[in-house]
Amino acid sequence: MNSLIDQLLVLVMLLNFLGLGTSRMHIAIRTVAFQGVILGLLPGLTHTLTLHLGLITGGIIFAKGLFIPWLLFRAMRRVEIREEVEPFLSHTATLLLSALATALAFVFAAKLPLAPQHQGLLFVPAAIATIITGFLVLTTRKKAITQVIGYLILENGIFIFGLLLSEAMPVMVEAGVLLDLIVGIFVMGIIINQISREFSSIDTSRLTALKEEQ
Amino acid sequence: MFFTSETLSPAPLLVMAGMLLMACSGLPGLMLARHDGWGQKIATLLMLVGSATGGAGSLLTLLSATSQRYAVDSGFLLGETQWGVDPLSAFFLIPLFLIAGSCALYAVGYFPEAKHPSTAPRLTFFFGLLAASVALVFTARDGILFLVAWEVMALSSYFAMTTEDQKKEVQEAGLLFLIAAHMGTLALFAHFSLLRGESATFAFPVAGTLDGAALSATAIFLTAVVGFGFKAGIMPFHIWLPSAHAAAPSHVSALMSGVIIKTGIYGIVRVTSFYHLPPSWWGMTLLALGIVSAVAGVLFAIGQHDLKRLLAYHSIENIGIITMGIGLALMGRSSGKLPLELLGMGGALFHVLNHAIFKGLLFLGAGSVIHAAGTREIDLMGGIAKRLPLTGLFFLVGAAAICGLPPLNGFVSEYLIYLGLFRGVSGIGTMVTTGVPLMALAIPALALVGGLALACFVKGYGIVFLGTPRREVPTQPHEAGMSMLFPMGLLALLCVLIGLFPQGVVRLLGSAVTAALPGSRQTVTGLTALIPLGWITVMGLMLTLVGTVIALLALRRRPGGVTTTVTWGCGYLRPTPRMQYTASSFAGMLVELFGTLLRPRRHAPKLTGPFPAPAGFSSHVPEAVLELLYLPILKKGNELLMPLRKLQHGQIPLYILYIFVTVIVLLALAP
Repeated sequence: MNSLIDQLLVLVMLLNFLGLGTSRMHIAIRTVAFQGVILGLLPGLTHTLTLHLGLITGGIIFAKGLFIPWLLFRAMRRVEIREEVEPFLSHTATLLLSALATALAFVFAAKLPLAPQHQGLLFVPAAIATIITGFLVLTTRKKAITQVIGYLILENGIFIFGLLLSEAMPVMVEAGVLLDLIVGIFVMGIIINQISREFSSIDTSRLTALKEEQ
Repeated sequence: MFFTSETLSPAPLLVMAGMLLMACSGLPGLMLARHDGWGQKIATLLMLVGSATGGAGSLLTLLSATSQRYAVDSGFLLGETQWGVDPLSAFFLIPLFLIAGSCALYAVGYFPEAKHPSTAPRLTFFFGLLAASVALVFTARDGILFLVAWEVMALSSYFAMTTEDQKKEVQEAGLLFLIAAHMGTLALFAHFSLLRGESATFAFPVAGTLDGAALSATAIFLTAVVGFGFKAGIMPFHIWLPSAHAAAPSHVSALMSGVIIKTGIYGIVRVTSFYHLPPSWWGMTLLALGIVSAVAGVLFAIGQHDLKRLLAYHSIENIGIITMGIGLALMGRSSGKLPLELLGMGGALFHVLNHAIFKGLLFLGAGSVIHAAGTREIDLMGGIAKRLPLTGLFFLVGAAAICGLPPLNGFVSEYLIYLGLFRGVSGIGTMVTTGVPLMALAIPALALVGGLALACFVKGYGIVFLGTPRREVPTQPHEAGMSMLFPMGLLALLCVLIGLFPQGVVRLLGSAVTAALPGSRQTVTGLTALIPLGWITVMGLMLTLVGTVIALLALRRRPGGVTTTVTWGCGYLRPTPRMQYTASSFAGMLVELFGTLLRPRRHAPKLTGPFPAPAGFSSHVPEAVLELLYLPILKKGNELLMPLRKLQHGQIPLYILYIFVTVIVLLALAP
């Protein structure tokens, strides 16, 4: 059982690289969706199946695997976003950074004062590596929609951390987090629309025009 | 004297009820669909009931001289906080409830909802909230609750004073107020954090329990002086005060000047009461700051042409006098001289009450005058007393009281401070080791302030109320309505009554002074023994009698058949109202005398040729501290910090990078 979980976590980390390295928008969205589905399966594998867990699993797979990608694709169609991911930093450089961060995450996780039953698991390094990847996407991509993707990856990383605790995590908290996420994406979709209408581009670097004149 | 209980005893319950009534007074007006005056009437009624209940609670507390303190669990809002009423709070609450009630009644005539349907409900709401937040400031016993109340007070005064926000000067005054208020609050954040370091809790320590010699005490004292000084308007922290008082609607100015700036005084008194033996330089600092504020405040007042700015500078002057009293009391405590403590603190607290009464009266009077004359410019007024006889009379009472003339209330409180200073200097049984030269300087300074204030109000009253109108007013000026006259009359009556019979107030003062000065052994009796109260009454009554007799004789001897003409017509054939003295020319000599400090600006025309064209001359006294001290420093600071603006580039990914870097740094720093 444990080896299956580890394999899935490795897959999550590999998906990080795919999400970061691809230059096609729809591949990035699908990657995040796939990552979300895998993460949705994980609670069922780590803990014994209960109604609570079933609800969480179903909710996560629906929200992250179907609903949010649908929202993002719709936003892409509406605003007529072109397929290319526009980075500030080249794909190769961000990939290298991400690889470095993943390696460091393992080193860092080994040094953390974790509870004895959590030591040696892949959860912590995978969580840190995913969070850092999310940050990298957030900071190095120009388009507003890629920032949403970065935000999703970041949230996935936080979710992996949460898996260590999910037995202690009540269903209300989970539902709240999911709701937050969906509302967040919704709002971002609206903002992207507004940005594109106002600046006839969704390049966030154009937002400097809002800056107060000196 | 200090206990915690679950149920409120009657006096604090009344204060709490009054506070809540005031906080909610403006709500019905906001809810009502039509703004036809009913909202304002309900609000006024609630304010009056609130001030009556609150005032009764405060009086009960003062008469019984009890301190109550309660632990209030406010749930998720602030957690457990402390709230209470003691004689010191109660003594500050009395002017609050008095002035807030009077101003609420005044507002019905001054700012009627029927005439200002869009702004009046907002003003009424914030006015009630403002009064309630001030009451909470006086009764909070916990740093967090205090700061919350302090912020509510700052914001509601901002919204109340910027009621007429379509005017540019009001916007600017509001911004300056907001900046100054938050500079003060910043110092208070530091202050209460430091105070927490002393007692490991945000709850206020019991009076007289902290050690004044510690290094942290120095920091606590200095942050208190800066933080509370900004609100009180002690020089050089007064920069916001003149423009804010001038821009606000008059009844808001009355509350601001009468009560809100006293929250700063309250803060200083409260904080210094925590220390049982303050170092002597604390008292000397406050005494010196008081002298500077009092003298400079009145000097700046002389140069003003705007009636409300003039009154605002007098607030700075009076805050200076109050600060002198507190400084004297602290010097007395450092050297263990009880009479100095009692007289200094007694005079300061008494002056807090008196200043609230006469300054409230003066601002309300100024409101009526501005209402009638349609301008705040003193030089455009004149002859108002003939049109508004009652307002003129009440304003005269207030003006005489603020100058410290007997037999009015301003005289009594200044007299206490004089008594204290003379005791300190003469050393009869109370030889103080340090600070005698400063006290010796304070006596002539206080006398100078009194004289200059008199000059200033002769100018103010003379130019505004006497003489003949300097310009045609579009509408015929008329006497204010009952709702405006009644509050003014009440306050004027209080000025006279307290001036003639200060015994009642001194009795209340005794318990307040005891609460403000930890470890004072004597209370009411100690204070009454130090003041020749009987003589004040006798002299006051005699002065009134002599004045009345002289006035009657003068009236009887008035010869008949006098032709009336323009004031200051000087016997010219065709005198015009423009021949009268103006505010500038009246104050010209004094302004020139103190020109190095005041920096008056003269706009003199160049006259050429034997028959020069008509030309105008004007002069004004700018806010020199703001223009010569603050603005250059702030400008320099802005230049120095300009490179940092590059951090605010507007690039969202880089902002996220900041967060990321912060998280990494925090992780690295985590033990």
